[in-house]
Amino acid sequence: MCGIVGLIHKKSDGTENIGAQMTSMLQALKHRGPDSTGYAVYGDNNGNQVLRFKVAEGADLDGSFDIHAEISNRLEKVESRLKELGVKIVSKQAPTEYAHRYEIVYSGSMKKLADFLEDIEGVEILSIGNSLELIKDLGDASVVAGKYGLNDFDGTHGIGHTRMATESDVDIRSAHPYWAYPFSDISVVHNGQLTNYWTKRRALESKGHRFSSDCDSELIAVYIADRMNGGAELEEAMKDSIEYLDGVFTYLVATKDQLGMAKDVMAAKPMVVYEGEDMIALASEEVAIRTLFDHRIDTFDPYHGEVKVWQH
Amino acid sequence: MATLNKGKSHDMGLHEETLKGRTQQRFFSAEESENLTYFHSFDVDTGKSASIDAQELTPREINRQIRELMEQGIGDITVDNPMSRHGVGVGILNRVNLTFSDSLGYFGCGLIDGPNIHINGRVGWSCGENMMAGTIVIDKNAGSTFGAAIRGGDLVCRGSVGARTGIDQKGGTIIVGGDTGAFSGFMMQRGRMIVCGDAGMNLGDSMYDGVIYVGGEVEELGVDCVPGELTELDIRYLTSKLDLYGIKTPNGVEKMNKYVSGKQLWNYDKLEPHEKKLIL
Repeated sequence: MCGIVGLIHKKSDGTENIGAQMTSMLQALKHRGPDSTGYAVYGDNNGNQVLRFKVAEGADLDGSFDIHAEISNRLEKVESRLKELGVKIVSKQAPTEYAHRYEIVYSGSMKKLADFLEDIEGVEILSIGNSLELIKDLGDASVVAGKYGLNDFDGTHGIGHTRMATESDVDIRSAHPYWAYPFSDISVVHNGQLTNYWTKRRALESKGHRFSSDCDSELIAVYIADRMNGGAELEEAMKDSIEYLDGVFTYLVATKDQLGMAKDVMAAKPMVVYEGEDMIALASEEVAIRTLFDHRIDTFDPYHGEVKVWQH
Repeated sequence: MATLNKGKSHDMGLHEETLKGRTQQRFFSAEESENLTYFHSFDVDTGKSASIDAQELTPREINRQIRELMEQGIGDITVDNPMSRHGVGVGILNRVNLTFSDSLGYFGCGLIDGPNIHINGRVGWSCGENMMAGTIVIDKNAGSTFGAAIRGGDLVCRGSVGARTGIDQKGGTIIVGGDTGAFSGFMMQRGRMIVCGDAGMNLGDSMYDGVIYVGGEVEELGVDCVPGELTELDIRYLTSKLDLYGIKTPNGVEKMNKYVSGKQLWNYDKLEPHEKKLIL
């Protein structure tokens, strides 16, 4: 089933407590998917890049006596390779033993950086961006927010996902959101099933794109990235995706300054939109949006094949 | 064993079998009074009022409190702060005036038979699903599958509704003050749907019977849905029905378009008079 949420403060200076707002929305959608919860939140852009990556799955910690030494070994390799690429590490944080946040300065190829790090066994880049931070883990929103300190995250916008695993594993790799590798600051969440996933995946792989999971939702991220790399605007790429993707879906995309939503031609997956003067909130169910307000609001359902994009 | 009288469809060679087994069971007896009322159906006084603050209540607690008030004979109930919760106001099987002061979530007011419900906000997917009788009036918008499989009563949304409105509609009247999404009237079998605004693609797809009126543009008709002739009777009906709820159609009811099923089905088209099907 899965639940998705999106939130953008159009006029914000980046001081909105996006993390806490999204946690309350996602927690209200826990019944739509308790397996994992993910956030793609957009915060302060101080000119440096934020690299979010994991060196193991959380479940790996229980599966091997050597895993702790292996994690240390993988981290050493990550830092060694960052140094080799001329990346300056400004700060390091480790919310968990397996998930890490590095603030870096890097002006080279994003693809080269991502490929070089993911060449290390067990390492997966969750996101790279000037303002994007992508966090996902097993458990509901309160668990993930608590583990990663998300309720203190200030920013302008974000998207989130609470997952009921259907077609791939219950692990961080298959959790949403997806970063649109190798483009900074683009992320995707999706509710639905794509029936032409393998056909389109093979076509995109033949163009050199990488997929980190077998989750059909990743196709959307890669497709949007491919189109934007070819010069398309976000809205154009999303409109074209309605024909390109087959199946039932509602998805959200965020970039450093935009939030977009798209709905398939059957309108088979839910989405409720609140459009205020400053804040736009979207969710699979209105009950999530209502957690942000102590007064009555007006909302609506987008129609079939509809695409909407909001700008920060 | 009963032997059916032959007629019409039987003349065609259909239904020649002798019924037996479960079809011969007696499910209902008019002499048994307990069969004439629903379990959990209450005799209420609409002159007695009460309200519930649902801010901290679960859907189950809200429904239980509504039932407890009806059990006390209270017939005018207001639910404050429903907070878009799902599945509230369901399974009410008697006359009662019920008001929700704000929006509801999914499957609100489904499986009802008799209450008059007013929702001072929006509803999520599947509002009024399977309603048998009564009225539901929504002041703002509604989500998809609005009035799925309704069999009777009036289901009214003053705003716009999502996709698959009135899917599997078996009777009653659905009124939409604004637009409706794709596949509205999908597999419609009986009843009426009135859409004052525009309708999305595949309107009335695979409908067997019933009537759809649209005041605005239709993106595309579905399979089996064809234009019908708007008669004087239709105009009188539309005028009185829309006036009842104070809803206007942009170009007047005379300019509305009527859509019906283009499929000829023996059982639906021949065995029952058309007007009988519409009033169910």
